[in-house]
Amino acid sequence: MSEMPAAARPVRRRVITEEINDEAPRAWAYVCEAASCMSGQAHDITLRLAGRAAEAGLTDVMIKRVGCLGLCAAGPLVEIAETGQLFGHVKPDDVEGIVTALQKVTPTDTRQPQGPFFEKQLRVATENMGRIDPENLDDYIERGGYEALKRVLSEMTSTAVRDEITRSGLRGRGGAGFPTGLKWTTVAKAQGTQKYVICNADEGDPGAFMDRSVLESDPFRILEGMAIAAFAVHATEGYIYCRAEYPLAVARLRTAIRLAQRAGYLGAGIADTSFNFDVQVRLGAGAFVCGEETALIASVEGRRGTPRPRPPYPAVQGLWDCPTLINNVETIASVPTILRNGPEWYAGIGLGKSKGTKVFALAGRIVNTGLVEVPMGMTLREIVYDIGGGIVDGRPFKAVQTGGPSGGCIPAEFLDIPVSYESLIELGSFMGSGGLIVMDDTSCMVDVAKYFQDFCRDESCGKCVPCRVGTTQLYMLLDLITRGEATMDDLAQLERLAVIIQKTALCGLGQGAPNPIFSTLRYFRDEYLAHIVDRVCPAGVCTITPAEVMA
Amino acid sequence: MSTVFTFRIDGKDVAGSEGQTVMEVAEENGIDIPALCHLEGIHDRGACRLCMVEIAGSPKLAAACMTRITEGMDVTAHSELLLEYRRTVTEMMFVERNHVCAVCVANNHCELQDTAEELGLTHFDLPRISPKVDIDASHRLFAIDHNRCILCLRCVRVCDEIEGAHTWDIMYRGLETRVQTDMGIPWGESTTCTSCGKCVQVCPTGALFEKGRAVARGSKTRRPFLPWMKVVAEERGL
Repeated sequence: MSEMPAAARPVRRRVITEEINDEAPRAWAYVCEAASCMSGQAHDITLRLAGRAAEAGLTDVMIKRVGCLGLCAAGPLVEIAETGQLFGHVKPDDVEGIVTALQKVTPTDTRQPQGPFFEKQLRVATENMGRIDPENLDDYIERGGYEALKRVLSEMTSTAVRDEITRSGLRGRGGAGFPTGLKWTTVAKAQGTQKYVICNADEGDPGAFMDRSVLESDPFRILEGMAIAAFAVHATEGYIYCRAEYPLAVARLRTAIRLAQRAGYLGAGIADTSFNFDVQVRLGAGAFVCGEETALIASVEGRRGTPRPRPPYPAVQGLWDCPTLINNVETIASVPTILRNGPEWYAGIGLGKSKGTKVFALAGRIVNTGLVEVPMGMTLREIVYDIGGGIVDGRPFKAVQTGGPSGGCIPAEFLDIPVSYESLIELGSFMGSGGLIVMDDTSCMVDVAKYFQDFCRDESCGKCVPCRVGTTQLYMLLDLITRGEATMDDLAQLERLAVIIQKTALCGLGQGAPNPIFSTLRYFRDEYLAHIVDRVCPAGVCTITPAEVMA
Repeated sequence: MSTVFTFRIDGKDVAGSEGQTVMEVAEENGIDIPALCHLEGIHDRGACRLCMVEIAGSPKLAAACMTRITEGMDVTAHSELLLEYRRTVTEMMFVERNHVCAVCVANNHCELQDTAEELGLTHFDLPRISPKVDIDASHRLFAIDHNRCILCLRCVRVCDEIEGAHTWDIMYRGLETRVQTDMGIPWGESTTCTSCGKCVQVCPTGALFEKGRAVARGSKTRRPFLPWMKVVAEERGL
């Protein structure tokens, strides 16, 4: 208990209405207890709902804490599992409506469609989100948890596991899209007796919360995925590198690790086989650059979290110079489902070389802020308008920012492009970890570029010169433009410097830092020119100092 | 027994043994690749980005000091494009803090100045950032002027790897990054510093200097201990 952050402690209390009879409950109410709804007192709602249901004499009703229900914009959320009824903006003092609805549930009820936000999604990595209690192993097993691991350990060779992952076409969901099967094979074939598996949960892109939601809602899935990965690459130890800003995720992970160890799904002799694997949690201290794999490894080792040039790649020389497999949370979360449903099933979803599904965090000026998982190849228009519900206040769509500070802005004319790793790169953006920030006409694109440059400048570790000094220089130039004091020479300088930084910086942070500038210049050059030549900000965001009048 | 690789740097055929870096082989063959964080005898970290070279078939540039040689690789160490990149990166180092050669103790004995001259950096297009940084003159013999530090971390590495004291390290990040002694206490109060002066000898600029002496009279040009340490390390198989 002592290592747990204070804020996460109440979560551990198990809240279920008194189980008086042994019969299966007639109705379930799922209360979303992920970080977003928790900030709206979701835990109080669980307690109150349980209390009120008991007072109303509902002995055949269960109240369950679940992970993220997805539609964060309407949180705190409560769902009635039998009917699919969703209650949004619930307040702890106002749960009567839910109690009444619970009273009305009959055994013949079927789940009604919950609207396009839910119906258009396809859930793989997030299949248990909002369905299971994240701190209940039985709940996870009931929904097919650990089936994949048991099959892997009892029926498959490590080569067969790697082969299935390769055939599924799964690619790294951290952003770069490196083929997961190939990475696993590289680590498996690398020389060394000791190997490691690391789960990269150092999510730091502005507006991105996919990994947090997965960890908070379905932590066992990560442990199962890591165990499968460890079996496939012959590793015996694993680390989850999670940022300390996610106390709830860390607490649930630690609970899950303890429960899994107790149940024999972690530790020595997993599931009564000779396979050993254990997992430890390592906390990041708030450095964005620690999401870069070599910096992450340095941080896990207890050193200063700065990247080093690659090669050698971590697959060959990683943690303590041993071959190390590093996969993103979402990649690992997809593994158990792929092995349970078969690689052909997964490869059948998606578009071209981008197979399967992708989790996106919808943020910005969008109605349905929240977490969605969609098949690759869905168009941005479907994601933004059908699932996302369009722009707040019905304003015109201007751009969507993907890929975080290394990504780019995609303008309205490309809304009908299917989303895949390749198509986004072609548009000058980047899949990234899945943050999708929607902007309307109230956003100034120069200001957006400046914001991301400020982020990179602030997060630069200071190791290499182009990133340490260059990002600040870019920021100063953008600042000059947004103040209306720049000249065309400054714009030329901005473009020249951006290329040099991209070419010479040491790691992905520096190399990707100029990307928001490239993409905004590509699609919104007129806005730059308006700031420089006409000295106006078309969106009215930037405060431009009035030109001095020559007397 | 290690394998010998033959490859090309700037069109010149060269040979090196497995495990050597492009920079090492270039040095052996009299090909000068500019570098400021690289120093023979201590470990490389690939941070100054001046030694970036093109390798045929690779879309990215590579730091020569960190790139191991391979058979048949075709390295371009000098081109107009690389010169422009190197010049701009050097300019970035100049504008980061306060480098004013005319009033510097290291004037004419400064590797940053030499690099700028060699690359034809005659003026600055970029604005100076010049944050307010301190001078630590609390040590009995030496002083550090952070205004002239380019964060090559030669001092950190030589103190750790050669002297074995690990007095120097780094703190903070980004533009606020500073070298520090003993968890950020003044140098003079450091309990680990042996006052050996190796850090002063390896400093490429005037950031670390001996009190009461101009660098010209100091020992910047005499660093006999580093290559010897390297030989000893190799013999012992360290």
